[in-house]
Amino acid sequence: MILQTLAFYLFACIAVASGVMVIAARNPVHSVLFLILAFFNSAGLFVLMGAEFLAMLLVVVYVGAVAVLFLFVVMMLDIDFIRLREGFMRYLPVGAMIGLVLLAELAVVIGGYFMAPEFGGPDGAMPGPTVGAITNTEAIGRLIYTDYVYIFQAAGLVLLVAMVGAIVLTARRRTGVKRQRAADQNARRPEDSVEIVKIPTGSGV
Amino acid sequence: MISVGLGHYLTVAAILFTLGLLGIFLNRKNVIVILMSIELMLLAVNINMVAFSAHMNDLTGQIFAMFVLTVAAAEAAIGLAILVVYHRNRGSIEVEDINMMKG
Repeated sequence: MILQTLAFYLFACIAVASGVMVIAARNPVHSVLFLILAFFNSAGLFVLMGAEFLAMLLVVVYVGAVAVLFLFVVMMLDIDFIRLREGFMRYLPVGAMIGLVLLAELAVVIGGYFMAPEFGGPDGAMPGPTVGAITNTEAIGRLIYTDYVYIFQAAGLVLLVAMVGAIVLTARRRTGVKRQRAADQNARRPEDSVEIVKIPTGSGV
Repeated sequence: MISVGLGHYLTVAAILFTLGLLGIFLNRKNVIVILMSIELMLLAVNINMVAFSAHMNDLTGQIFAMFVLTVAAAEAAIGLAILVVYHRNRGSIEVEDINMMKG
């Protein structure tokens, strides 16, 4: 139990600290790297809560795909990031004020949840990872392929549409570039391109 | 009070969510950091979902968190694609410049 508590505080502190660095780092590449760190530590929190499948999904999807996508875009675009930092201090007071208000509201909500146990408030420690016969992954699999199968397919459709949209947005035809067109090459026939000229003997072409 | 309960996880998620909101306000000019802040907020929402799911012994929360993850991935892909196209057309990604539609 003490190990679990220590692990929670370690993961939580690193996640919050890297969250701060995501929004405060001067270089957006550093922001992306801190975002990856935050995702890793949140995956650790998920493991502590017994959601191993989602933790691994977070590592694979976020760290492996989304964060790398961010990294590619940050490095690909040639942007003057110093100029983009202007106004950071100007927006700090209003941003901090709104953040504090939101944090206070969330504290009130969470506190109210604890003060009123009759609304199903928490009772004791979190249940850790289950040690029963069925694993978390198997349980989720049994659920999404039975009760939530249509929503699962719809999620796949959302990803498909996103993929098609991203390709349509970014693919472009450059003009003035010579490129190979295999269909035209295959459609070419000898009678279209070869001309046989009979030349009588003794006369010029 | 040595054991970690639901409230601890909710607190972490609340702090992360607030950080995401703060990031949107502080980096008003940089769309990339704004997108990252949105990812941070969605992560906080996921932590909340999984925490309640584990606390109530109901897997529905984890499945919903999975769908939130799906939508977040799609949103990041489309957002970055729009960003690349915008940078190709205008040569900058400042939020103040995005006023072609007079919104």
